[in-house]
Amino acid sequence: MKPAVSFQHVSRHFGSVRAVDDVSLDIGEGEFFALLGPSGSGKTTCLRLIAGFEQPTSGHIEIAGETAEGVPPYKRNVNTVFQDYALFPHMTVLDNVAYGLMVRGISRPERHAEAEIALSLVALPGYGARRPSQLSGGQRQRVALARALVNKPRVLLLDEPLGALDLKLREQMQVELKTLQRNLGITFVFVTHDQGEALSMADRVAIFNNGKIVQAGTPEDVYERPMVKFVADFVGSSNVLPPEFSERLGGPRKWTSLRPERISVGQGTGASVLARVNSVHYQGSVTRIVADTGGQRIAANVPAGGLRVTEGENISLHWPLTAMHAMDDG
Amino acid sequence: MRSDRGDRAPRALTLAAIAGLLFLHLPLLLIFLYAFTTEEKSYAFPPPGFTSKWFGVVWERQDIWDSIWLSVKVAAIATAIALVLGTCAAAAVSRAKFFGRDYISLLFILPIALPGIITGISLRSAFSIMDIPFSAWTIVLGHATFCIVVVYNNALARFRRLSENMIEASMDLGANGFQTFRHVVLPNIASALLAGGMLAFALSFDEVIVTTFTSGTGVSSKTLPIWMLDELIRPRQRPVTNVVAIFVVAVTFVPILAAYYLTREGEHTGGAGK
Repeated sequence: MKPAVSFQHVSRHFGSVRAVDDVSLDIGEGEFFALLGPSGSGKTTCLRLIAGFEQPTSGHIEIAGETAEGVPPYKRNVNTVFQDYALFPHMTVLDNVAYGLMVRGISRPERHAEAEIALSLVALPGYGARRPSQLSGGQRQRVALARALVNKPRVLLLDEPLGALDLKLREQMQVELKTLQRNLGITFVFVTHDQGEALSMADRVAIFNNGKIVQAGTPEDVYERPMVKFVADFVGSSNVLPPEFSERLGGPRKWTSLRPERISVGQGTGASVLARVNSVHYQGSVTRIVADTGGQRIAANVPAGGLRVTEGENISLHWPLTAMHAMDDG
Repeated sequence: MRSDRGDRAPRALTLAAIAGLLFLHLPLLLIFLYAFTTEEKSYAFPPPGFTSKWFGVVWERQDIWDSIWLSVKVAAIATAIALVLGTCAAAAVSRAKFFGRDYISLLFILPIALPGIITGISLRSAFSIMDIPFSAWTIVLGHATFCIVVVYNNALARFRRLSENMIEASMDLGANGFQTFRHVVLPNIASALLAGGMLAFALSFDEVIVTTFTSGTGVSSKTLPIWMLDELIRPRQRPVTNVVAIFVVAVTFVPILAAYYLTREGEHTGGAGK
């Protein structure tokens, strides 16, 4: 089967800035794909390349097997949910949702019926007569979603759509988006800088840094087996151990990633070091301990209700040797 | 700092404000008063008697009708030109980033900051050099220079509030450039254009200086303000001028008031739509 979106050595330069630098990527049909990275890493430019708001400086883009270069946004079977929603303030919610059908010349009763269906899909039935300014942030987000979905796109692009919502609403929308995507079977391409969001929702994640994809894979892949230091650091938080340190503890002579939750305090098997507690951070479900051993800082997560440690105390840290994951230097 | 005592202005300030308002508006009242006087050669106070016959006299005079028609025509065409060019310029300056953009913006606004006499002289020289005969069209061109500014300023402010994403959203949903302009851009800038257009019309309608320099000499090239100026020099049927003045006040005041309310309302709706 043809991939829904395919990038072949795509670059997009703005003057001397390489916003997207030689990116190759295949996004499968029906996949929930996250583009994850810090701001300015090129993920949003990639999204805009798919939408057609940007043209590649070099390389080749295919959408559903068809060449995308030179095709204007309004001729692509791709729709976008914008970060600020970009609803039309002078139209009712129903006319906003029906806009894509209206410009295609679909009759008023027909497009309004379709728009009503799309609104119930996002749990906003009966909101059609309101103006966008009368809705809450979460409701506007749903309208933006309905406005894109009503066109039945091959690919739905979401540009940090949950960024403006508060934490509770964001978690709820994560679940709803995921369910919606499963039910509709549409390919979702989702841009976010929130690694938790990417891990919890996506089938696959591509991690961007400086315009390049540094690693792509399932959430488990990128979390458990980071290939480079940047990924270990950016996805979740990790102890990045230098080669000498790793070797001394029985690991490979390479940079290794060690997740804080794999470390136990006090007793355990495998590698072990003595360390002095620098600081203790209570975080609810876990307590994070930052300790120092011979100049190397190590962070460990201890489950809530576990042992109590205080700053300045000497403790022993243990982890299984398999928890140390070797990486490239990059 | 606001104090509770501060909600009443001092008496001296109140008096000063009243005096200021009287100074501004009393002469206007005098125009209304002397439109009805029976004395036609001087402004004797109080007027010796009252009559409405001057309205009939104005109605009968073809030269007044010619001037009114010329003024309306010039103002309408100049406004139309300004609407098209001003909107295009504002769209370009607000959306694109290019070298010297701020200077270009300044150049657009300059004609309204320059003394009218400079605009007038330069246009007159330019028309002479290019061998363009003076006519209603040269007046239109002269007026368009400052009409563009008001349209440009109004449209620019609105374009800046129009989120770039909204235009992209429209394209994303399948609308081509024309559909996007018609369904998204125009509805969002319409009230600003109406306000700008009305202001431009009012400015053009009572313009004297640039008109003096860009109109020919014949009777057919007298706009209404020029006609009034000529009329004041010749002391015959003075109240006729006042009747025409009332007409001008009505024609310019109504659109300016409407423009004021339109833009004020636009700020509310524009701000709420984010």
